[in-house]
Amino acid sequence: MTYSYFPGCTLKTKGADLDHWGRLSMEALGIHLEELPQWQCCGAVYPMAKDEIASRLSAVRALAAARDLNRPLVTLCSACHHVIKRTNYDMAHDETFRDRANNYMKLDTPYAGEARVIHYLEVLRDTVGFDQLKKQVKHPLTGEKIGAYYGCLLLRPSKQMAMDDPENPTILEDFIRAIGAEPVIYAQRNECCGGYVTLENRDFAKRRANAVLENAQAQGAQMLITACPLCLYNLKENGGGQLPVAYFTQLLAQALGIREEQA
Amino acid sequence: MQRIGVFVCWCGSNIAATVDVKQVAEALGKEPGVVFSTDYQYMCSQSGQEMIQEAIREHRLTGVVICSCSPRMHEATFRKTCQKAGLNPYMVEIANIREQCSWIHKDKITATEKAVILGRAAIAKVHLNAPLTAGTSPVVKRALVIGGGIAGIQTALDIADAGFPVDIVEKKPTIGGKMTQIDKTFPTLDCAACILTPKMVDAAQNENIDIISYAQVEKVQGFVGNFSVTIRKKARYVDETKCTGCGLCTEKCPQKKIPNEFNLGLDNRRAIYIPFAQATPKVATIDPNYCTMLKTGKCGVCSKVCTAGAINYKQEDEIITREYGAIVVATGFEPISMEPFDEFAYSQSPDVVTSLELERLMNAAGPTGGTLLRPSDGAHPHTLVFVQCVGSRCDGAQKGKSYCSKICCMYTAKHAMLIREKYPDTEVYVFYIDVRTPGKNFDEFYRRAVEEYGVHYIKGMVGKVTPQDGKLKVQASDLLGGRQMHIDADMVVLAAAIEPDKSARPLATMLTASMDTNDFFTEAHPKLRPVESPTAGIFLSGACQGPKDIPETVAQAGAAASKVIGLLSKNSLTCNPCTAKPDELMCNGCSSCEKVCPYGAITYVDKPFRGPNRTTLTRRVAQVNPAVCQGCGACTVACPSGAMDLQGFSNKQILAEVDAICR
Repeated sequence: MTYSYFPGCTLKTKGADLDHWGRLSMEALGIHLEELPQWQCCGAVYPMAKDEIASRLSAVRALAAARDLNRPLVTLCSACHHVIKRTNYDMAHDETFRDRANNYMKLDTPYAGEARVIHYLEVLRDTVGFDQLKKQVKHPLTGEKIGAYYGCLLLRPSKQMAMDDPENPTILEDFIRAIGAEPVIYAQRNECCGGYVTLENRDFAKRRANAVLENAQAQGAQMLITACPLCLYNLKENGGGQLPVAYFTQLLAQALGIREEQA
Repeated sequence: MQRIGVFVCWCGSNIAATVDVKQVAEALGKEPGVVFSTDYQYMCSQSGQEMIQEAIREHRLTGVVICSCSPRMHEATFRKTCQKAGLNPYMVEIANIREQCSWIHKDKITATEKAVILGRAAIAKVHLNAPLTAGTSPVVKRALVIGGGIAGIQTALDIADAGFPVDIVEKKPTIGGKMTQIDKTFPTLDCAACILTPKMVDAAQNENIDIISYAQVEKVQGFVGNFSVTIRKKARYVDETKCTGCGLCTEKCPQKKIPNEFNLGLDNRRAIYIPFAQATPKVATIDPNYCTMLKTGKCGVCSKVCTAGAINYKQEDEIITREYGAIVVATGFEPISMEPFDEFAYSQSPDVVTSLELERLMNAAGPTGGTLLRPSDGAHPHTLVFVQCVGSRCDGAQKGKSYCSKICCMYTAKHAMLIREKYPDTEVYVFYIDVRTPGKNFDEFYRRAVEEYGVHYIKGMVGKVTPQDGKLKVQASDLLGGRQMHIDADMVVLAAAIEPDKSARPLATMLTASMDTNDFFTEAHPKLRPVESPTAGIFLSGACQGPKDIPETVAQAGAAASKVIGLLSKNSLTCNPCTAKPDELMCNGCSSCEKVCPYGAITYVDKPFRGPNRTTLTRRVAQVNPAVCQGCGACTVACPSGAMDLQGFSNKQILAEVDAICR
């Protein structure tokens, strides 16, 4: 099975681990991620201003390309997923935005939200299936207590992201169970880490990062996993080092026995 | 040929504003067989009814069509009217031109056209109507109340007071229900036990009341006046007639670590237990899931210490079958699970409790002896945050309930007030969407909490509760102040939405009583018949019909009882003559009708028929018990040979209606 894949710029630089182990793991599970032939930065931040359009055109371009290839578009980075999924929703539902974007793009076939955008985790849950994944695990992470860190981008706004319950998500916990570890539920797992304000208000970013790490630690977590490069950076740089933080694809590759082979 | 009279009602402006009633009366007057046609402002009024009776006599009418509201509303009224004028009541047909026409259409021309068509269909049916005579069936003068909470107890007491025997079936080892777990009651703050336990004792001592505790209804057969109910009385491994309730066994049992459901798991009980001191019947019960003797055959401590010799490890479930004239459903409610609402950290900290758990933590007979202590470390809490509407008034069907649970605003005000009164060193916050306190002396009560007791009422919802460093970090929005709030709380109390008891759904199926989408029992009419189920002989008491506080529950319990008393004081009931009737010559005895009949009204008999050449053939044919048949018509559809027909709604009559509509 082949899916179109949008890695995003961070996954080519700082977040290379997220991308590298993600691709290898999917390959091992029998799914090929075919990188879109041409893609640009997703815009990185979903604009809050309703009239902003230029920064979202690259997302539209990626979506149109995915539609033309007639394959679902898989994303991995939380930020890319957030921007592309919401832009797709707007292209399907917001007539004004759709018309304006199409006027800029001058595509051969105007785009109207036809592509299906799915997150890597959704592929694991809905296509592979966590039960099936569990069977393919060669080195279960038995005994490890892992906290899932969702951050703010992956789940909300829930109507548009349509991935999981935004208050009480289970997809990452189910993933943790599938690779043989024990998920730790802690309150801050779906709160913002403060990463976005690290340049203008570093103290605040530190407070938030520590709140997340301390809460996870207090509930018994030994490490955190995330799908977001910015969260990982912020928790590591601005947090107090309470817990190690890793990309979920790193643990997936480890459980599937891929990291050993490579080493 | 029938002589038919047509009466078109205006229903004030309800019908007349959208339907040209004069034109309808005129058009229907030209239909074949119609000898009289008129319209009137209120056909159901006394003068309207007199007009109908006069027309019946004057024009020697043999059939009547009334174009008015739904037959559910006034069919019985108009049948009675016509009967008084000498007409068979089953010669009356209602054309519903209100609910099915004027209320749902806007355009007067098309609505008028539709009203004429509906009237025409009714006329076509009356042409084929035949007079029907209702039979009677006797009434068993005994009532069954399912559920022994305050609703069931009150209903049973009122029925018993009128002199009728009544049984209470309660699934728990004791009657009393949720009210036994409550500390004080709003708005008077009198103690729940002080007003409930005397009623429990009354019920136990009343000669007319039989309490069947630790039991469940398994099967219901029959119909209004003649129900036959099978009840499974679970083995409690204790002889109820011998046990004195001394409680010695519950102190000596070596199995000590069983979550005590009466205190919502906040403390432990033994494997043999009496739920609480005032339990009725005050009899011990052995929990077979934990008893070592029942599981392994080794122990027997309770049997050794019991001086009354009441312990019986060999006891088995008892099946009781009894006849009843009426059944009252009083299955009550339970708080919803907090699992989908873990943003409030219920699963993460023992200091996050539901309001019902708080009742136990504040109750003198509760696990802390009535002193409010944090479950995690037994410390005195200084800051408490109440979250209202947890699971109530949720939008969308994803989680929670769309309705208002109604009781939470008042009990939260009560909790906040009691805590501030007993512990003046506390800070109490209540987060709410709206405060809803209609009811006698209710709003005054809430205002007292705010004004006299200084409870901080904040409009807004709590977004997140984070257990951290022995505190509960509460993040919330203050909508009126337009700010984010961060409170370090010692305890968080969740006002969980309430939902019908889990046993209600299977019970409704057994009773063929209808439910709404939330599994609350539906009443026969939301305003005019609030304590009756649409199924005859089934009555509703308390929160099984919708969220209710204690005063409302008791009022409804009494109302249900009065309806039961009205039914049981009759010696016989008039049956519905619109029952199924097989044409024995066409019936081939295939059993299709028997299989679909939900009431068990159809049986088969071998009957002799005359065959060719003076021979006699014995054939198996269907027979309908008209007293049991409810006239649902399922058999008439299932019958492959068309032998089964419903009197008053025959296939011929229905097709005549369809023909009239399609003409």
